[in-house]
Amino acid sequence: MGQMEVRTYDAVIVGAGGAGLYAALRASGRVRTAVLSKVHPLRSHTGAAQGGIGAALGNVEEDRPEWHAFDTVKGGDYLVDQGAALTLAEDAVRAAIELENWGLPFNRTPDGRIDQRRFGGHTRDFGQAPVRRSCYAGDRTGHMILQTLYQQCLKNGVAFFNEFQVVDVLLEGARCHGVVALEIATGSLHVFRAKAVLFASGGFGRMFRVTSNAFANTGDGPAVLARRGVPLEDMEFFQFHPTGLRGLGILITEGVRGEGGVLRNRMNERFMEKYSPRLLDLAPRDIVARAIVTEMREGRGVKGDGSADDYVWLDARGIGKETLEAKLPEIAGFCRTYLGVDPAAEPIPVLPTAHYAMGGVPTDEDGRVRANAADGFYEGLYAAGECACVSVHGANRLGTNSLVDLVVFGRRAGDHLASFAEGAELPEPHGEPGREAEAWLESITAGRQGPHPGDLRDDMERTMTEKVGIFRTGGEMAAALEKLKELRAACHAVGLENRGRAFNYELLDLLELGNLLDLAMVTAASALNRQESRGAHAREDYPERDDAHWLKHTLAWLDGDQVILDARPVDLTRWAPAPRTY
Amino acid sequence: MRVFLLVKRRSSPGGLEPEFARYEVEVEPHERVLDALVRVSRRDDPTLAFRRSCGHGVCGSDAMVINGRERLACKTLIRDVADKDGDVVILEPLRNLPVRKDLVVDQEKFFIAYRSVKPYLVAPEAEAGKERPQTSRERAAFENATNCILCGACYSACLVLRAGKAFLGPSAVAQAFRFNEDSRDRGFEERLQALDKPDGIWPCESKAECTKACPRGLQIARQINETKRRITRHKTLREKS
Repeated sequence: MGQMEVRTYDAVIVGAGGAGLYAALRASGRVRTAVLSKVHPLRSHTGAAQGGIGAALGNVEEDRPEWHAFDTVKGGDYLVDQGAALTLAEDAVRAAIELENWGLPFNRTPDGRIDQRRFGGHTRDFGQAPVRRSCYAGDRTGHMILQTLYQQCLKNGVAFFNEFQVVDVLLEGARCHGVVALEIATGSLHVFRAKAVLFASGGFGRMFRVTSNAFANTGDGPAVLARRGVPLEDMEFFQFHPTGLRGLGILITEGVRGEGGVLRNRMNERFMEKYSPRLLDLAPRDIVARAIVTEMREGRGVKGDGSADDYVWLDARGIGKETLEAKLPEIAGFCRTYLGVDPAAEPIPVLPTAHYAMGGVPTDEDGRVRANAADGFYEGLYAAGECACVSVHGANRLGTNSLVDLVVFGRRAGDHLASFAEGAELPEPHGEPGREAEAWLESITAGRQGPHPGDLRDDMERTMTEKVGIFRTGGEMAAALEKLKELRAACHAVGLENRGRAFNYELLDLLELGNLLDLAMVTAASALNRQESRGAHAREDYPERDDAHWLKHTLAWLDGDQVILDARPVDLTRWAPAPRTY
Repeated sequence: MRVFLLVKRRSSPGGLEPEFARYEVEVEPHERVLDALVRVSRRDDPTLAFRRSCGHGVCGSDAMVINGRERLACKTLIRDVADKDGDVVILEPLRNLPVRKDLVVDQEKFFIAYRSVKPYLVAPEAEAGKERPQTSRERAAFENATNCILCGACYSACLVLRAGKAFLGPSAVAQAFRFNEDSRDRGFEERLQALDKPDGIWPCESKAECTKACPRGLQIARQINETKRRITRHKTLREKS
């Protein structure tokens, strides 16, 4: 292998979804910034978000950021850092207006202001009743946020490196000074030296069999960091969205229920009445997902046989054709395209789908990456968006808060990163950056024989879905952990059949599988460790929340085939933990 | 059922003449063409190159020519293109763009055209912390064009581009329309620099292949025609004054 191309910037941002683009907008005006993305920025998964962005604008009824923050804390089963939740809720208002000012075509009220609708777990007056807080652009709010941010980046001349896959991070002790990335078009490695690096690389739902996530959502950022000794926080909390399209996992937004859709079992019962008497179908997602699985387990799924492909109905007929077409046209299209179902005339068959990682790279409110359970931080290393854990989502994220997270913390991380880079020197690397990545790349492309990576991927997806899914037990998770260790070892022995360099998607697939397996192992180990049920982590062997022992964040380090665990306190300065009823 | 994918392959832009590779693949009629491609690449031929991401028609990665028509591989079901065992599905890269490898095209030309129309809101600073109001009717004037995912299907289907003429291409004009018709925007005159020139909007012959090809239901041909009329109106007014 020849010379590696080395580029130098003040700041490098990995990922060009909502958080990466927002950070790029803030940083690029101040310091020389490069944005690396494995896909063209407009293909990022932020674009698939549907229902809305929560902000207490109060455009259609009284609302307050404080209520939004409280809902976020309670929705997260009190594992949310409360100061960060207040920052999220307060800054959401500014962010929604800023996006509007940049041209985002929100739906409007009759008097021309941003319209708002109901969403799960969002209430007025600390839980009294649902509130209309979600600002939306049809059911493609994420698409419009992604486009608007990308448009602003074009206007401001942000430098993009598209189809660059990050493979390593350059760390000297606690100081980050760049990344190594694979250029997909050529197969060559590039070193990006920088005073500061921000990871905004998105989620990792692809570790599960049925997911709303894109092919690209393979947790590349957190996995690369974990392999270099960076801890991961609260990885046991993974959100299953209650309503994925049966068989495909394609997301059917909670906005359907926000507009009046209801869930029904085979007896046509509105079963959420049993599980959440006050919020009904608009209870938080963990509660609704468990309710669906419980209905199916007890024989009330539509098939009623408890099989893996049983399902329930999402009945959107009451919404009416006109409102469906005006406010939920994408959903109507998905139902028609993939199932041949017209949601105005027939109920939609749905099943929970792996959707969102509450856990990720631990950061403070400015995106600075934590190095340990005390207040130690890396220098020049940032994370934001789904790959990060601030934590504002705690044990369960509320709908619309993912988009809020991206724009609020993407912005803050971009600001802090720029300030840091303005005052920092470019560190001189010891040795030759990128050589380790190069050696590894050579070893897998040198024609070793090994297991078929497709089988490993299937095994991982099945293991995670069956054993680290919506309901969990210690025995199953322990078995999953052992299985994942085997799969990781097998993955390390895989050799590629495709020795080509240009657009080698087999290589990309293998990189992604390695990343997913690393994160799956950390997820399983963190989940096995937490002996309670909280938010999305529901253990049948420990069915109760246990604040005395477990009201704390998990920190997990990947160490060979072991996961080292520690804990970090939760910021509880505002609201005392209370039973979580809806 | 078992179908055959016939995939047009080429290893590099200046490489050998393209040739078709034939893969036999087991699929369900309700599966996506993308599922079949992924299966082939993971099981039979790991050298096969194609882009993919969201898998449900919102990211624009996997636009290609399927049985002669521009479509998204993730939004096209097997039953849309094959009826029975042994049917053949022909997959080719988008037209009017250079092929990088197999089904992967170089979209740079397409994005240069997109960038040239200033596809962003051009407006004076809003009052700090205040929305710019817009009625639902004003929003409806451009809403259709906001569905664009920049997949390139229209660019591939355009007969003007296929004839080798210099033209901005349909999607760039639709994006200009999206902002020109936004009641909050003041950038129409700035966008004229890219639109109102011989290789700008004018080569369009209104054959409407773009509208037919769009997987997102954009009325691109209408948007191009309305933009042409607006430019003509604007120039007439300018000459008069």
